[in-house]
Amino acid sequence: MPMDEIALDHGHDAHDHKPGFFTRWLFSTNHKDIGTLYLVFALVAGIVGYSLSGLIRWELAEPGIGPLLWIQTNIFGLEGDAAITAAKHFYNVVISYHGLIMIFFMVMPALIGGFGNWFVPLMIGAPDMAFPRMNNISFWLTVVAFILASISMTVPGGPGGNGFGGGWTLYPPLSSAAGHPGQAMDLLILSLHTAGIASILGAINFIVTILNMRAPGMTMHKMPLFAWSILITAVLLLLALPVLAGALTMLLTDRNFGSQFFIPNGGGDPVMFQHLFWFFGHPEVYIMILPAFGIISHIVSTFSRKPIFGYLGMAYAMVSIGVIGFVVWAHHMYTVGMNVDLKAYFVAATMVIAVPTGIKIFSWIATMWGGSIDFKLPMLWAIGFIFLFTVGGVTGVVLANAGIDHSLHDTYYVVAHFHYVLSLGAVFGLFAGWYYWFEKMFGVKYNSVLGGLHFWLMFIGSNVLFFPQHFLGMQGMPRRYIDYNDGFATWHYVSSIGYAITLVATLIFFFSLAEAAIRRRKATSGNPWGEGATTLEWTLPSPPPFHQYNELPVVSGKGGH
Amino acid sequence: MRHLMAALTASLFAAPAFAALPQDGGIDFQPAATRIAERVHEFHTVLLWIITLITALVMVLLFWVMVRYGKRANKTAHKFSHNTTVEVIWTVVPALILVGIASLSFPNLYYQNVTPNLGEIAATSKQLLAEGKTGQHLAYTKNYFPDAAEKGFVNVKAQGNQWNWTYTYPDILDDTGAPIEFVSNGIHKGRPGDKANFEASTGRTDFDSLPVNYAVDYPMVVPAGRYVRYYTAAADVVHSFAVPAFAIKTDAVPGRLNEGWFLVEEPGVYYGQCSELCGIDHAYMPIEVRVVPQAQFDQWAELMKTGDFEAAVASVLTIASTDAETQLASNN
Repeated sequence: MPMDEIALDHGHDAHDHKPGFFTRWLFSTNHKDIGTLYLVFALVAGIVGYSLSGLIRWELAEPGIGPLLWIQTNIFGLEGDAAITAAKHFYNVVISYHGLIMIFFMVMPALIGGFGNWFVPLMIGAPDMAFPRMNNISFWLTVVAFILASISMTVPGGPGGNGFGGGWTLYPPLSSAAGHPGQAMDLLILSLHTAGIASILGAINFIVTILNMRAPGMTMHKMPLFAWSILITAVLLLLALPVLAGALTMLLTDRNFGSQFFIPNGGGDPVMFQHLFWFFGHPEVYIMILPAFGIISHIVSTFSRKPIFGYLGMAYAMVSIGVIGFVVWAHHMYTVGMNVDLKAYFVAATMVIAVPTGIKIFSWIATMWGGSIDFKLPMLWAIGFIFLFTVGGVTGVVLANAGIDHSLHDTYYVVAHFHYVLSLGAVFGLFAGWYYWFEKMFGVKYNSVLGGLHFWLMFIGSNVLFFPQHFLGMQGMPRRYIDYNDGFATWHYVSSIGYAITLVATLIFFFSLAEAAIRRRKATSGNPWGEGATTLEWTLPSPPPFHQYNELPVVSGKGGH
Repeated sequence: MRHLMAALTASLFAAPAFAALPQDGGIDFQPAATRIAERVHEFHTVLLWIITLITALVMVLLFWVMVRYGKRANKTAHKFSHNTTVEVIWTVVPALILVGIASLSFPNLYYQNVTPNLGEIAATSKQLLAEGKTGQHLAYTKNYFPDAAEKGFVNVKAQGNQWNWTYTYPDILDDTGAPIEFVSNGIHKGRPGDKANFEASTGRTDFDSLPVNYAVDYPMVVPAGRYVRYYTAAADVVHSFAVPAFAIKTDAVPGRLNEGWFLVEEPGVYYGQCSELCGIDHAYMPIEVRVVPQAQFDQWAELMKTGDFEAAVASVLTIASTDAETQLASNN
């Protein structure tokens, strides 16, 4: 046989030959398998993060210290003042890890690692990611980071007990050796370093893949918006994470090797950490929401049976959100004692972001305008997303004004705001994508009755949960409080009822997964959504073959988005 | 709409300034006790209208497309995907709205953030009166307080510690030349023995009437109708000094001295809480500010100078009704 025939033959054999279980899932270099791993990982981490928020809402349902004290007394066997102190510290630990886990181990792995890995190569017509082995390292480092964070919760932290209780923002001196002398904080730093490395490697992979491996004919301006969103997200990660890594390293050497970066006695400045942290932290919030923007665009277009309205505007709105996202960080720090002119600058810069965000909202509605809308489950989530993201967005405009923020900073108004854009924004985008691509990824159909119940309960529950928190914030309820005055009781109680509703929704979600796995209603075609679904992944069978595009698709004049 | 807004604004400020506590089921700011807070609330009311209308617009548009362009109502989809006119409109109009918001936001921000120059205020006021511009003078005194400016600042330093506040009055010196300074601890309620401990240590009998998580043993005391300049500092970790009714919040950062100001005309008790996570007892280091008439303040200060903190606190537990001096100061 001549050489090229052997090569062809081999390629044909490998077409759907899947490796054995351990090789396939532990040493995976296949973008779809790694995407699935990320999604499963995010589900597990999501259960942990969601359970922690359950503890928060359980504790805050009534004034006083209740359930957490019960846990300390009955599970950890503490008594009297020791139990009370432990409960207070435990509360701080719970809120800190809730934030960290939801951000670093749920939303990011699911949206970027999960859907990004699965659908960026499929959408741009690439056989796989540019660096398949690096992809594998990214995933397993994320797992290592999660394990480190989990261990960190169980080793000595601050004076009150195990775990780090200084909030996800890790502000020194509370996170310095003086505030939290235990190893919990060191492990947490290690965890975030590891997660950061994983994300940077992943970001490099996405950038290289998207810039170099698009199918013939797919120019940047024909690339699907989800690929655009992941490209911008990856660039943000690449620029923002090293700054976090630097800040964390300085914190680590402050804690262990006698440096004084953030210790005022030695000439350091705690506020410098806040600047570095938020230089990462603000782009981070766009890192979490941009992929959801991409997903929503595809869903709205698919179910309206219309091409996306103002495609270029949509793409460059995301680009400008990404760029402006880097110059607004100090709006998280209006109260630290900044110069008033500096505050004025950050007010102006922050409000500018409302313009591209408005473009996106209106363009989604314009995409639906004149369409023939099919209200399938993913579309419900997408419409829910648009409405709720608007609510979260407009309260962002309120908070952008430093004068008002002096009243609302570090109150529940802020908590309500960022949960509207993240818990109701990023997470709704996540579930929208989940139902949109479920059949494509797993080759089986979901139960749309269960999915509908999941949506409606989640929509109602999370609004009942978070909307009253605006009122709490207006009344002056500070964040990160285990206990509160009776004057806050009603809305806290309502908020906890909202959590209970989302809990039912979440149980239904997991039930629907089990149901789909047991019933195994096989996908009948590669494209269940009809003519509106125009991106390349719908040209493949469901689930796609182990290796796709052995012959690269060619994108013609009009296709692409 | 103007009437609606006026009604909303009026209802906001109708409540008595004494209720500086959260109201159960309340959905609005705590009543304003300073001009800073009044201005913040006025600005927020305007913003609330803007964001409500925008959200309503998005909602109406969403409902419209859902009803009008559902697959039953509209069987065949149009294929258009561009319309330069609307794209320009929805870029330019929001930008103009934001410019409008900024034009309200900046004066507000500078008003509360720049510690006023009292000499300049007194001079400007005198000049306006001398020129007979009474209308302008009235408008001026709404934001600036010439009578109070004549008397200069009352300076207070609030230092955050884990988990209480230390208040220092650098200008009020005792016989040894040291400024009066005291630690203000939150009063714990809810644990068995809390009441007995409180009564034994303070000799006070008002335990049951104290608001949960807000009352302290030694409150910060300032005179009504005076410019108060406060400094914040921290001994250990970052704290934040906040009083919602004053619309102030200033972080207390180790190694830094931050500054802010307020002026309260209405004597009363105002509460706040630490607003930056500072460890285990973050929720238990409240701020209690007793705003009393000048005469009562002077009496309190004298007692503090002698070191009799108990007598000093007892002297401000009941707040005297406005005396002659505060009436002079209430110029609006």
